[in-house]
Amino acid sequence: MAELHVVRGGLLTTVQDLGRWGGQGRGMPVAGPMDVYSHRLANRLVGNDESAAALEITLTGPELQASGDLVCAVSGAEFELLAGERRVTCGRVFMLRHNERLRFGRRVAGARAALAVRGGIGVAPVFGSRATSLAVGIGPFGGRAIRAEDRLPIGSGGGGEPRAGSAASLPLPDGGARLRAIPGPQEEMFTTAARELFFTARFTVTPQSNRMGYRLEGPALAHAGSADMLSDATPLGSVQVPKSGQPILLMADRQTTGGYPKIATIISADVPLAGQLAPGDWIRFVPCSRQEAMDALHNLERRLGAGGT
Amino acid sequence: MSVPDEARVAPAGDAALVVQFTQRIDPGINARAMALARALQNRWGAILRDVVVAYCSVTVYFDPIRVDGRWLESELEAMTAETRDAPAAAGAVVDVPVCYEGELAPDLERVAAFGRCSPEEVVALHTGRTYRVYMMGFAPGFAYLAEVDARIAAPRLPTPRLTVPAGAVGIAGPQTGIYPLETPGGWNIIGRTALKPYDPQRGTPFLLRPGDSVQFVSIPYDAFEGQA
Repeated sequence: MAELHVVRGGLLTTVQDLGRWGGQGRGMPVAGPMDVYSHRLANRLVGNDESAAALEITLTGPELQASGDLVCAVSGAEFELLAGERRVTCGRVFMLRHNERLRFGRRVAGARAALAVRGGIGVAPVFGSRATSLAVGIGPFGGRAIRAEDRLPIGSGGGGEPRAGSAASLPLPDGGARLRAIPGPQEEMFTTAARELFFTARFTVTPQSNRMGYRLEGPALAHAGSADMLSDATPLGSVQVPKSGQPILLMADRQTTGGYPKIATIISADVPLAGQLAPGDWIRFVPCSRQEAMDALHNLERRLGAGGT
Repeated sequence: MSVPDEARVAPAGDAALVVQFTQRIDPGINARAMALARALQNRWGAILRDVVVAYCSVTVYFDPIRVDGRWLESELEAMTAETRDAPAAAGAVVDVPVCYEGELAPDLERVAAFGRCSPEEVVALHTGRTYRVYMMGFAPGFAYLAEVDARIAAPRLPTPRLTVPAGAVGIAGPQTGIYPLETPGGWNIIGRTALKPYDPQRGTPFLLRPGDSVQFVSIPYDAFEGQA
């Protein structure tokens, strides 16, 4: 059976699929990729179903050795890549031959890359998904990041043909990003001034940020009354504001529920871009209507469909 | 059963909608939320990603490419109106044996001080009523149980602990609950159970479900050790 042997795990490399949906009502986090667009694109490039498991690579990439000839693609954050001694390009399909090593070198742009292998990462599903939730330690490898000496089985699935040519990669942030957001679901729990400030101020992603969420630093957003509410569900991309007034952007490995009011929720089309941010990057939130959100999402889907030829 | 007269549907971004009922801890409001969630699962479960019940809300997750959010919003409004008089479905009553002693109960004295009573009285009050599972969240298998007697409804710790062990039983204001996994946590820990709210090896991994009731039962340390 084909495998990828982990020589070095990199800073934080996890197995992810499209997430563990359906269990949030019992407290099970969804997890899944921070940049779902690049995950889907990498899978499409190698001819996998978009939902196949792939690796999410964070800031500093791993070194992986092939056992068997593997068809691979890297999408999302741009890295210098070596397959054996050959330089390969992000966003294009390449072959990693038996016993060759794939080395992630210098990161050029973005924060997180998806590495898809034709056939998918064939680890056993846990609660119907191969996504890794670091927050609760559920998923492949006991819900932890991969490390040296792990062996990643490669599945035999992948009905489609690999795609030649360059793909419609996600435009990567350059030091920060403008993220479109729909106000709510608890925007009325903030002062008018805070609601205005949210869409005009510049926030910074702090080092206290991870797959669960980004703690942001910026002007304090004042609550109109209490900063506590009865807990409710916490959607991907929602921005909760605790008593401190410093917002937290909830990302892939967020808890299922929370007790802080959510001033706004970034649109699905911009969540992948948020997933490409790193500590130190800036964020500006841009108000958006639901119609604009749908137009943006349809544009992104067309872009994905146009990937490859 | 008190029937709330207020409900509104709010967008939470473009891939989720929240039905918000009157914001308070109330078995009637919560039962209505659960009835709506059940009806949604029965009618539209196949096209929804997830349905999450909270104290007084239902959040519906969907794929906005496959499902028209405006249509779903009007469907939610109609179904919310239909569930107005839904009766509460009877859940299971689950006995949870808890040892309220020594190092298993690091905040028992704190809660006693809050209630101006003895630790024994805290235990008596905590075991003196059954609690409803209003919602689940925070971690797999974590059930939000309410309402605890006002005398022992101590607020969260000023600074959360970095690790709370699995099985720890805590109080946070009117809520009580059992930590399913070792996690950080800010609730007042007053005891420990050997029961596992979440056990992936068990046929039914989740001990509790929304709408169930929990009865805590005080057990001595050696009985706890025998179960652990």
